[in-house]
Amino acid sequence: MSKNRLLLIICLFILFKGISQSTFPTNGAPFNVHTTYAYINANIFVDYETFIKNGTLICKDGKVISVSEKADIPKEAVITDLKGKFIYPSFIDIYSDYGMPEIKPTSRNYQGPQMESVVKGAYGWNQAIKAEVEASRMFIHNKEKAEEYKKNGFATVLTCPKDGIVRGSGVLINLTKGKENQSIVKDNAAAFYSFNKGTSTQDYPSSLTGAIALLRQTYYDAIWYKGSVNKTEYNISLEAFNKLQDLPSVIEANDKFNDLRAAKVGKEFNVKYIIKGGGNEYQRINDIQSTFLKYILPLNFPEAFDVEDPYDSENITLAELKHWELAPLNPAEFEKNNIPFCLTLSDLKNKSDFLKNLRKAVQYGLSEKAALKALTAHPALFINAYDKVGALKKDYYANFFISNKSIFEEDATIMQHIVNGEPEIYTDLNPYDIRGNYILNIENKNYELKFYGDAVKPSSQIKLDTTKKNINYSFNNNLISFSFPVDTINTARLTGNYNLVDKSFAGKGQWANGNWFNFNLKYVSMVDTAAKKQIQKKSELNLGKVIYPFNAYGEPLPESNGLFKDNWNKFKNRYSAILIKNATIWTNEGDSVLRDHDVYIVEGKIVRIAPNIEATKLAFAKVINGKGMHLTPGIIDEHSHIALWAGVNEGAQASSAEVRMGDVINPEDINIYRQLSGGVTCAQLLHGSANPIGGQSAIIKLRWGHNAEDMKYEKTDGFIKFALGENVKQSNWGDFNTVRFPQSRMGVEQVYVDFFSRAKEYNTQFASFSKLSAKEIEKSKSSAPRKDLELEALGEILNKKRFITCHSYVQSEINMLMHVADSFGFKVNTFTHILEGYKVADKMKTHGVAASTFSDWWAYKNEVMDAIPYNAAILTKMGVVTAINSDDAEMARRLNQEAGKSVKYGALSETEALKLVTLNPAKMLHIDDKVGSIKVGKVADLVLWTDNPLSVYAKADKTIIDGQIYFDREEDTKLQEYIKTERARLIAKLLKEKQKGGKTVKHESKRQRLYHCNTIEGVSEEETGHR
Amino acid sequence: MTKKILLITLLLLTTGFFAQKTYKHIALINATAHIGNGKVIETSLVVINTDKLEVVSDIKGIKLSYAAYDTVIDLSGKHIYPALINTNNILGLHDAESVRATRDFAEVGSLNPHVRALIAYNTDNKIVPTVKTNGVLYTQCTPRGGLISGSSSVMALEGWNWEDAVLKADDGIHINFPRIIERKYNEEGESTLNPNKKYNDEISLLTKFFSDAQSYCNTTITTEKNIRFEAMRSVLAGNANLYFHCDKAKDIISVINFSIKQNIKKPVIVGGKESYKVTAELKKNKVPVMFNRLFDLPDNPDYNVDIVYSTPYLLQKDSILFCLQLEGDMEAMHSRNLPFQAGATVAYGLSKEQALQSITLNVAKILGIDHKLGSLEEGKLASLIVSEGDILDIRSNIIISAYIAGKPVTLTNHQTDLYIKYKNKYGIK
Repeated sequence: MSKNRLLLIICLFILFKGISQSTFPTNGAPFNVHTTYAYINANIFVDYETFIKNGTLICKDGKVISVSEKADIPKEAVITDLKGKFIYPSFIDIYSDYGMPEIKPTSRNYQGPQMESVVKGAYGWNQAIKAEVEASRMFIHNKEKAEEYKKNGFATVLTCPKDGIVRGSGVLINLTKGKENQSIVKDNAAAFYSFNKGTSTQDYPSSLTGAIALLRQTYYDAIWYKGSVNKTEYNISLEAFNKLQDLPSVIEANDKFNDLRAAKVGKEFNVKYIIKGGGNEYQRINDIQSTFLKYILPLNFPEAFDVEDPYDSENITLAELKHWELAPLNPAEFEKNNIPFCLTLSDLKNKSDFLKNLRKAVQYGLSEKAALKALTAHPALFINAYDKVGALKKDYYANFFISNKSIFEEDATIMQHIVNGEPEIYTDLNPYDIRGNYILNIENKNYELKFYGDAVKPSSQIKLDTTKKNINYSFNNNLISFSFPVDTINTARLTGNYNLVDKSFAGKGQWANGNWFNFNLKYVSMVDTAAKKQIQKKSELNLGKVIYPFNAYGEPLPESNGLFKDNWNKFKNRYSAILIKNATIWTNEGDSVLRDHDVYIVEGKIVRIAPNIEATKLAFAKVINGKGMHLTPGIIDEHSHIALWAGVNEGAQASSAEVRMGDVINPEDINIYRQLSGGVTCAQLLHGSANPIGGQSAIIKLRWGHNAEDMKYEKTDGFIKFALGENVKQSNWGDFNTVRFPQSRMGVEQVYVDFFSRAKEYNTQFASFSKLSAKEIEKSKSSAPRKDLELEALGEILNKKRFITCHSYVQSEINMLMHVADSFGFKVNTFTHILEGYKVADKMKTHGVAASTFSDWWAYKNEVMDAIPYNAAILTKMGVVTAINSDDAEMARRLNQEAGKSVKYGALSETEALKLVTLNPAKMLHIDDKVGSIKVGKVADLVLWTDNPLSVYAKADKTIIDGQIYFDREEDTKLQEYIKTERARLIAKLLKEKQKGGKTVKHESKRQRLYHCNTIEGVSEEETGHR
Repeated sequence: MTKKILLITLLLLTTGFFAQKTYKHIALINATAHIGNGKVIETSLVVINTDKLEVVSDIKGIKLSYAAYDTVIDLSGKHIYPALINTNNILGLHDAESVRATRDFAEVGSLNPHVRALIAYNTDNKIVPTVKTNGVLYTQCTPRGGLISGSSSVMALEGWNWEDAVLKADDGIHINFPRIIERKYNEEGESTLNPNKKYNDEISLLTKFFSDAQSYCNTTITTEKNIRFEAMRSVLAGNANLYFHCDKAKDIISVINFSIKQNIKKPVIVGGKESYKVTAELKKNKVPVMFNRLFDLPDNPDYNVDIVYSTPYLLQKDSILFCLQLEGDMEAMHSRNLPFQAGATVAYGLSKEQALQSITLNVAKILGIDHKLGSLEEGKLASLIVSEGDILDIRSNIIISAYIAGKPVTLTNHQTDLYIKYKNKYGIK
């Protein structure tokens, strides 16, 4: 390249850079300003970690020219002296809906289900998938909202409508005052997702489990759509979805467990989500850390509760109290655990609390550096925009704010905010400090008046005889105005001018009667400015500990310096061995009940059952005296809906085989602990009974304190819920629900025939495609068939890899399903409820299906009028594997008593009765090789009872899972005491907060809903009848 | 319990052995009699004469003259109990609960003291026979809904029609007292506890209704009859109970204050899930409690997991007159589990006889029928049950015979019929 040519390029470059061009015509002469601005003598944060004392910032045309300690200030520059003041790069919020159209909640006048999308055009099938949304096309500035951001230090936001499960692509913008065209920093800056269908009026998905399934299926559909060589449709939504895959992905999760759910979906599709958290992540920080993802955190710390009424404050739970105390720890915990995060202004009810809460987070241990990073570099890096925003480097946007002191100081004020080079002025850069004691003289009468506190905007107070009164005043452009009541009748209104020389005011006032007077406000002395509020250090806050789970009856971890996981194991594995002595052992091996026997457990397994096992040789074992007590296998609830989050039914369609209850486990449900107190060690969490083909079950062990994944029973077979009868034909759902197929038992059969026929074809399709070699695929111009999560699950049933638990009542439908299964070559695993099972017990025996029933429930609807409490006994005597289940969070606590009912009704032996809630459900769940009986080599899931376990007089004294004690009456008393003292401590703290003048709010408590089979979100129990 | 005894029992059940004969003067000998007032007679003599209990005593030292009786039944090894009384229940007012056509327990409107449960009580109801089989022979047939639901009546579980079955008509009026804090469900599957916005309105409505009714009942000149006020007469005169349905401690205190202000002579707390927190107030004002269903979850995750199970003991300890009832999900069908709910209190502190009292004598006292029912005492109605064993424990609750006012009770039902039918079909024992 010749020298000349290079020069030419440089010249052109300068030329193009120097002249800003616009496509917009101007009315009148163009108002082009190309002034250079220099901000000198400032304390400048170039980025979150680079600080220049007394530096100079030069910018022009909205961009940074230079930042340096000593810059050559161009002659033409307009100079602003910022002596002692601070410059920060403006904050960035990458989780915003600024400038987006308002989302109005849809209220649909319920006229029956909406099965299909109402969006017209070549879009996808589900209204909640809005991949085609492009925020840049909707973006319109909103002055008020922009002010909210700018006053809190934000100048750049990534915005996208917060609506739908796939929300489209967001646009990164500067909050300039100019046209939208000049504000856009980066279009298509990130893709947005959530688990919330938002304004979609379509019924599907109606639950969290459905939302997760829909998102997963959309990924699979998009993969297929991209790769399919002979697709028969053009789909705008999937086209757009595939384009989104090149962008950073932000997913709104809003809760610690939802964060983990999102991470799991991301892992499946190799998407590294940026997760919008909920502020409670500190409660499970190690799980959050192990996602290895980035987070967006809100700073909406809970307000203090009003606890003055002792009865009302009982409604505030320990978890709520503790969260109030510990929530400000959240960002600090992220920093401590090296989890990358940024902060957002969203979720704050009162946006002006942002800086206050930021300082609180710092007070709670967040370093200032990490805080700045979370507001500048991190958000910019997360969305690949750190070459434009987030620091004050050459060619970056001139986005910065000026504060009178470090922004982390309690009384720091943002004085100016410069966005894209344009300043927004909030206060005078060098305001007069009018603080001081004054004498106000009106018509020869003197009043004491003072301005005190904040230097920029001091408070004011006047002394009237014996009382002190606060004054609201305005002070602008040297003019002060205020009013105060002189006596009960007369109010003085005054306006005066400030004299900088003698620091006094003089002017005129008017009485209520209209007469004017002169006044003089004379400076006397400076007020005491040293009396600054002392900010407590973190160590002085006396914070309580995080408990696991974060609910009552959770426990803090013991003090240790080791890694969390090691701590945890030490914590729960308190005993590597347990010896239970002299108990009556209900072995469930045949009819064997051993009196005065010992059971020795090592590392979770039963290793010895014998009388008089020598305890002295086993010094390390915990020895339990079982004298007079009864030891049984742990209770297994074949039909449970506890520990599930946001819906058990995805009932919008006749089949929801794609949903998985394992996705929505809530390991903090108090009912887990309550059921441990009733001897339950294992439960199958089932989908509801709203549709003929329900969702996939999760089998859990009640490992209270562990996370959702650790609660799942390891390596079990897959199960799925089916349902028959009144619920699936929507008999008790009101007059509008007469649309969804099926509406009769006749239709139910055909739903199965249809779906299993398709599943069979699906299996064949995949099997034959998998046999093709790469060459053959190319030759035949074929592509992989579409992965369909629903047919996949049903295909597994046909391949005997997934097993059915079917909600059923009436003999005709029971018979029908067995025939359908036979015709497709598989067996139904279990009929649940099965209240008329006794009428077809012989047929069930032949088919080889198990029965999981209620002990004595009936009369709650028409299809159970022939239910009898002798059902379990008849089925057992006919050789059908039979269980008693709960389907109810309360009854599950006393399944032992429910089993006892089969002794009364139908005269089962006591050992047979106990098996109804232990060994037999284990068989149904295909885990009887590990649990369900007390046998050497089996897992130690055991219960020690105070009395015969079938008696109403029996209490579970200890409940053991995997050889660990998870419930113990003695420990329970200690935990009650812990709850009491911890509550008392927190309530005292809250009272102090109120006495100090802190704001408190009336408590609004939330409780998790209890689910039954028929619980439909949005439909009250009254409408759905029972079970 | 051996299978033989069970067989005999079933035989008796199927043949309706006792139901076929009509004896007027019956001596039941040698059974363990659980009187219902805390006392137990190990070997007893219980004599039924027509409809009353003529003798209840220890048989030791008594020379029995067999000829004096129509029949003498030796019940050695068996147990006699007073008839169990179910309260605050819609038993008899519906069959299949979800089928609207069979539901007869709630009216529209908010102030319905004139609505009477008694007349909808169906003696041929499908659920009732299954309840008798477990020893529950009486029920307080109770309406639901509104602020004032209507009046309840005490009914026998056997009778040709409601007039025949009624023991005490219109024993009291039921109020769903306004709650200071209300529970509501949202779409995220959570329930919220929030201050009841209608609280003041509802309290004013009730207060006005009571003062108007009082004034109406005090005046002698009535040109227009007001049937709602008429219905309040016995309650205002102190001749009937006023049942306040409420659970929270503060609501209970409000009820007590309301009763004092309105001069209600016989207030009863129904529910009272938090009654253990306000026993001093209850005791001072002598307000009895018909306690919440025992098989219920605590209201708050922080509460002791056993708090509901332990409450009867806490009430007993503080000398509050209480009984057990089952209001809640499937309450009619669950009426047959009343003895087991009583039994379950034993593991949490009550003695077995105290537990029994909470479903017999205590109930009768609260309902004001203890001169007729509630215990095996001479002069009271001969309403009793005979069991193979302890009726409070499920396995041994096998009722072999029962009497309502001296008349034998049928213990078979639709379910026992189906049981036998299908046992025969399969040829199983």
